[in-house]
Amino acid sequence: MASVSRGVLPGLSLTLGLSVFYLGALVLFPIAACFFKAGTLSWDEFAAAVWTERARAAYALTFGASFIAAFVNLFIGGIIAWVLVRYTFPGRRLLDSLVDLPLALPTAVAGLVYASLYVKTGWLGRFLVPLGFEGAYTRSAVVLVLVFVGLPFVVRTVQPVLENLDAETEEASASLGGTRWQTFRHVILPTLYPALTTGFALSFARAIGEYGSVVFVSGNMPYKTEIAPILIVARLEEFAYAEATAIAVVLLVASLSMLVLINLLERRSRRHDV
Amino acid sequence: MTSEPRTTPPRRSRDDPAWVRFTLIFLAFAVLGVLIVVPVVNVFVGALSEGLAVYWHSLVGDPDTRHAITLTLTVVPIALAANVVFGVSAAWAISRFRFPGRTLFIALIDLPFAVSPVVAGLMFVLIFGLQGYFGKFLRSDGYAIMPYVVAFVLVLIGLFAYFTMRPTNPRARTGVWRHPPWVAFLAAAGLFAVLVVAQQALHVWPQGKNLKIIFATPGLVLATAFVTFPFVARELIPVMESIGPDEELAALSLGASGWQMFWHVTVPNVKWGLVYGIILCNARAMGEFGAVYVVSGHIAGLTDTMPLRIEKLFQEYNLPASFAVASLLTLLAIVTLVVKSRLERHLPTSNAPRP
Repeated sequence: MASVSRGVLPGLSLTLGLSVFYLGALVLFPIAACFFKAGTLSWDEFAAAVWTERARAAYALTFGASFIAAFVNLFIGGIIAWVLVRYTFPGRRLLDSLVDLPLALPTAVAGLVYASLYVKTGWLGRFLVPLGFEGAYTRSAVVLVLVFVGLPFVVRTVQPVLENLDAETEEASASLGGTRWQTFRHVILPTLYPALTTGFALSFARAIGEYGSVVFVSGNMPYKTEIAPILIVARLEEFAYAEATAIAVVLLVASLSMLVLINLLERRSRRHDV
Repeated sequence: MTSEPRTTPPRRSRDDPAWVRFTLIFLAFAVLGVLIVVPVVNVFVGALSEGLAVYWHSLVGDPDTRHAITLTLTVVPIALAANVVFGVSAAWAISRFRFPGRTLFIALIDLPFAVSPVVAGLMFVLIFGLQGYFGKFLRSDGYAIMPYVVAFVLVLIGLFAYFTMRPTNPRARTGVWRHPPWVAFLAAAGLFAVLVVAQQALHVWPQGKNLKIIFATPGLVLATAFVTFPFVARELIPVMESIGPDEELAALSLGASGWQMFWHVTVPNVKWGLVYGIILCNARAMGEFGAVYVVSGHIAGLTDTMPLRIEKLFQEYNLPASFAVASLLTLLAIVTLVVKSRLERHLPTSNAPRP
């Protein structure tokens, strides 16, 4: 990765100019327009738009369900990453590629199939609904699809760190008489914290913006199963552009702070594992 | 992502007890089975539940579904092409040069991943929608911007062609290649003006007519391009960096022009990374729902893409048809994963996925 002096390779000004222009026109300008539009509201109007009872319920569900889903992913993603790196068993390669499916499967397909799996007549619902687990058109349904869409992020951030884990510290711990659990708890787990945190943050960030799958499974009832992106669409359909924009800005600020946080986390964990 | 098979058997002190191993492997299979395998199987069973004839009919017999498939196949290639051009040029600038603001530029590329698709769609509505900043203008005489857009794209292509065909060795430059760069930019500006005036004088574009962007195909392209913006650049940058500029420098020193160097050295070197980025971008673009939902106005037979068609059929309780469309997109996802896992052998470890 040698850095090259300006004069030798051609094309810096053209490629940089084009890509900065494209970035500006397609991404930065629209984001700025969104903030600008929100800026035309007075503070009171803004507060009235973003702090209605319905909006508060939507934020609570968006952030709450995203948090629970990311937390669940922390555990199942951690276990899957561990199994994929540490054990050899038939079907390991298949399991490994399956993890990426939520990234490739359109969210609308995920929503459609989750909505029909967990209703009373669905493949899983016919066992779960009698047990009292309503996995469709409820808040649990929202959490369930968010677990689905967020799963790859934890697995794929933890996996490489586990692969590069130093075997010697583990052996040292074992030779000093540590049990397997003690070794895991005090030697392995602490080195995984940065990756786990990053995976959690990525999964959480993906979940707060998710729309396509949730709109199918949640039933979209105001105050109950309505997430913030669905509320934005509802406001748009009432032609309440200013209110929609105000809620969008809240969401945008949340996800931009997540992006900054993730970049900081990744930079820190990179410094630690090299 | 998969680790190479170990050459030495794992040492005992790193082994977990057998019962832990079995429990965890069982758990992993169970979780992925319930979360991923059962849904995928359910898509195909749901699609074929009423037999092959109904499946075929609901895909081909329904004009709205047929239109949705055509529309998706129109929108996605345009958005993809724009993002490939951007991705290649951004990757070239980032991996081959050091310039102020480079780190910020890399961080900004990820920005669309952080924006909720619905918010992305809303932004374009705010700009191009009826109540939007350009709404009034687009409605009264929208096509007036077309001469500028067309002239800009043509001039850009011309500039790229000029600078990439130009011999890199200053002493080998003769004829048109002899002029300093500012002459080319001046000529480009002149050409831009001529093209704009010519189109206006010849009335190439309709006048005083409404140019629809929102609730029409251009809006769908914009929203799709926004959402899939980072994929190609993100996959190309690490590949280009890991290969390094040595072969390109060698090509240049042997007298290759910028284009020859790019086409015969850079592209063959990074082709797997490029293909990888394109298939990921394509999968996401085909399946994009939220952003497209907001800008499309979901008019059946006009602005419904495949994912929107799934939703509409679902709302109409036409589940077999809905699953039939979904099965096509699921097939695409499976093909994407297979190609992806094949390609990963050719690539340096790529970065962590982004939301």
